[in-house]
Amino acid sequence: MNVPAPLTNLKIQYTKIFINNEWHDSVSGKKFPVINPATEEKICDVEEGDKEDVNKAVKAARQAFQIGSPWRTMDASERGRLLNKLADLVERDRQLLATMESMNAGKIFANAYTMDLGSSVNVLRYYASWADKIQGRTIPIDGKFFSYTRHEPVGVCGQIIPWNFPLIMLMWKIGPAVCCGNTVIIKPAEQTPLTALHVASLIKEAGFPPGVVNIVPGYGPTAGAAISSHMDVDKVAFTGSTEVGMLIKEAAGKSNLKRVSLELGGKSPCIVFADADLDNAVEFAHQGVFFHQGQCCTAASRLFVEESIYNEFVQRSVERAKKYTLGNPLNPGVQQGPQIDKEQYTKILDLIESGKKEGAKLECGGGSWGDKGYFIQPTVFSNVTDDMRIAKEEIFGPVQQIMKFKTIDEVIKRANNTHYGLSGAVFTKDLDKALTVSSVLQSGTVWVNCYGVFSPQAPFGGFKMSGNGRELGEYGLHEYTEVKTVTIKISEKNS
Amino acid sequence: MSSSEEQQTPAKPAEGTIPAPLKDWKIQYTKIFINNEWHNSSSGKKFPVFNPANEEKICEVEEGDKEDVNKAVKAAREAFQIGSPWRTMDASERGRLLNKLADLIERDRLLLATIESMNGGKVFSNAYLMDLGGCVRILRYFASWADKIQGRTIPIDGKYFSYTRHEPVGVCGQIIPWNFPLVMFIWKIGPALCCGNTVVVKPAEQTPLTALHTASLIKEAGFPPGVVNIVPGYGPTAGAAISSHMDVDKVAFTGSTEVGKLIKEAAGKSNLKRVTLELGGKSPCIIFADADLDNAVQFAQHGVFYHQGQCCIAASRIFVEESIYDEFVQRSVERAKKYTLGDPLNPTVQQGPQIDKEQYNKILDLIESGKKEGAKLECGGGPWGDKGYFIQPTVFSDVTDDMRIAKEEIFGPVQQIMKFKTIDEVIKRANNTHYGLAAGVFTKDLDKALTISSALQAGTVWVNCYGGGSCQAPFGGFKMSGNGREMGEYALHEYIEVKTVTVKISEKNS
Repeated sequence: MNVPAPLTNLKIQYTKIFINNEWHDSVSGKKFPVINPATEEKICDVEEGDKEDVNKAVKAARQAFQIGSPWRTMDASERGRLLNKLADLVERDRQLLATMESMNAGKIFANAYTMDLGSSVNVLRYYASWADKIQGRTIPIDGKFFSYTRHEPVGVCGQIIPWNFPLIMLMWKIGPAVCCGNTVIIKPAEQTPLTALHVASLIKEAGFPPGVVNIVPGYGPTAGAAISSHMDVDKVAFTGSTEVGMLIKEAAGKSNLKRVSLELGGKSPCIVFADADLDNAVEFAHQGVFFHQGQCCTAASRLFVEESIYNEFVQRSVERAKKYTLGNPLNPGVQQGPQIDKEQYTKILDLIESGKKEGAKLECGGGSWGDKGYFIQPTVFSNVTDDMRIAKEEIFGPVQQIMKFKTIDEVIKRANNTHYGLSGAVFTKDLDKALTVSSVLQSGTVWVNCYGVFSPQAPFGGFKMSGNGRELGEYGLHEYTEVKTVTIKISEKNS
Repeated sequence: MSSSEEQQTPAKPAEGTIPAPLKDWKIQYTKIFINNEWHNSSSGKKFPVFNPANEEKICEVEEGDKEDVNKAVKAAREAFQIGSPWRTMDASERGRLLNKLADLIERDRLLLATIESMNGGKVFSNAYLMDLGGCVRILRYFASWADKIQGRTIPIDGKYFSYTRHEPVGVCGQIIPWNFPLVMFIWKIGPALCCGNTVVVKPAEQTPLTALHTASLIKEAGFPPGVVNIVPGYGPTAGAAISSHMDVDKVAFTGSTEVGKLIKEAAGKSNLKRVTLELGGKSPCIIFADADLDNAVQFAQHGVFYHQGQCCIAASRIFVEESIYDEFVQRSVERAKKYTLGDPLNPTVQQGPQIDKEQYNKILDLIESGKKEGAKLECGGGPWGDKGYFIQPTVFSDVTDDMRIAKEEIFGPVQQIMKFKTIDEVIKRANNTHYGLAAGVFTKDLDKALTISSALQAGTVWVNCYGGGSCQAPFGGFKMSGNGREMGEYALHEYIEVKTVTVKISEKNS
């Protein structure tokens, strides 16, 4: 694909709260700064939503969801048409959105343009095409009854979006929600609200009725918490840290038992057997942990390599990690951008120090880079043991851990020995190994001879404390429907 | 066959006839069931189990607490290990075991119905026909799903072969209520075992006996040790230990909304275990002037008085169209007066006791509030008899939406009848509650039936009937009446964990 240059002279048009297809100032009058992590400079200020703004947004979403409203009486196929229209508009503004995403989130521009924007459009079109295929069932119930299920929308859905893939994650959330007929209130991450707000303008332009999509930028402990404990929000969906996911589920239980789906952290293992295609494994394992500066929930942050190929694997991985040019992600020659903010930057450096202290062998990198921006050198540790902090805690940075293993039973046990369970991978040419090992790994996704492959058709989500529920695929619809059974007494039943 | 065997294994009754309850039977199973063995409680404590019709103690049962839950979870986790008999078993074999369990329940039907009636205060004929009949049907229904739990192959973008496996979730904690002890036990273990999970069950402290007898049948049927474990005990101790356990993958609970909230909170605070909840309700029936009146009166009545009103779906708000209101009230009162109260084992009795003193007091308090707040007491209105937790079937008319009896779940034999004028008004009033479990619509009009059932915020809407449950149709609550669905194919979803496997291949063809 031909990647154009980023837009220069980018003006940020949309910095307010979006409710009922209108732009609102914050109730408090407060604004918050949005920063470019490559330069630490402020891009702009955005209206800071809090509890009152969330209340306004929930009211609007509830109104739009009323029986008899334009949204509730709309054909399902028309919902699909609107989602496709939105996809068209995102494609039209692709260069603008990619530039904004790259600058605000520290993303390599080429990735933002091809991957983030491409994926966003794909997910929208995928869910557009599901809208009029959401089918209930007629049920062969006992007795003289006619019984069927309706797959109704859940209602008002609060959706809390992370900063690592701001636009894609927005689409992962609104795609299935809107497809199923819900209304939504989105809280983008405070670090990265800009592309969501631009998309809001496209939502209005596409013709979605007012109140169907509302966006309240703000902080987690204020706006986010207001959503998860709101008595009139029917469901909350969250992507972010396991720690915050726990608070959200707790708040849901304490307030109104709103439905909860969570996509949380991971400490995903890659298992590389001696019979694997070594170059293939090295490259996928590398991309798996270094993509987007390691800021992926699926980061392949525990690499188990079979003993006999261990040294070769480490050597090739280190060579690969040394090839990065760091810098401003808008520059075409740059392959690694900054971490998102100071908090993440500090946390990652602290974990790197722990690796050194706890006795892992530092193969390359190991510290910060440059005198401005949150840059960290691509770092590789070998001789990592399972008890080290870098082997247990989610790092979310450009840090690779390589461990050695001897037997299958041993490595499966070690791979599963974590509260996380988001993803994993197996590298082998052996048919039986591939099928049996993938079967026993406690992960929502297992990749075989690849890593990080996402597509809207395949469900994604965590085992154990990596999450509740699944996104994408047909499975994604389930989280956004509320099943109603209707059972009608009839005088005679025939099969 | 010896005479005692004859008593325990009667021939199937002719349709419409049921045998008499067993006399001279013993409670055999009163311990904690872990790994197919019977254990004393870690603490040494026991708790009493009562007959609510006469307030007498039936027996004592080992009282499980946190330590016992830990033992049970360990056993369930062990049974769930990769390579274990349970994990390597064919899915069809799991189905065969569930069918075998159904056979054994049928064999012990009379005994189980007698225990359930005595311990649960259930009218014996209902226990025998409805509760036991239901249990067997549900077990066979989920037995037949076991080898039909199918993942998908996915037409993913790129050169990959991608598929999903519908794996069992893992160790499931299941907390059972006292209103339908055996039926609710089967609702829980049926789908869980069908999908390959292992379970730790906590029956209600009021009614542990039929679950414990069924444990002996589970062992007899041949389920491997550790697949089903039962820890009788109290909610705040054993129940809480389950919902906050760091090695339980999922908790399923049927009971009050108040406790459901605590459970979801505990799940979030501990290990993000998956949660399904079947909670309370304040379910509306809407009776239009064009309805078949007798049919509506009968179903509405049954809907609120069945099992002494102790149903989550109790039809506790009856909205009747103005023009037929008086007639409806009159016919409802006539019917309510026809109940014979007494020992539920007695074949002439149609209404048994409430389950315990706490419920009894709560219901009487709500009845008093109805009188105080100005509802018209048409019949009943107080306790009955000098022993046992009996309450007279009670009907209130002229009930308004702001009264406590119109808002709070009563869980007793108390019917509220309200008046309405227009469709829009009654839909708004019916939906004006945090609950959303069930509803009924009575009308002959096609369009009314379809549009109103569509607009009601309830997990199940019955049309021209009420309360008919069958294992094929999903059941569960909107809003604060619950999370998730039980029964039907939908139940399976709650007991699986989806894994996506994506394999890189050299060439992809459709």
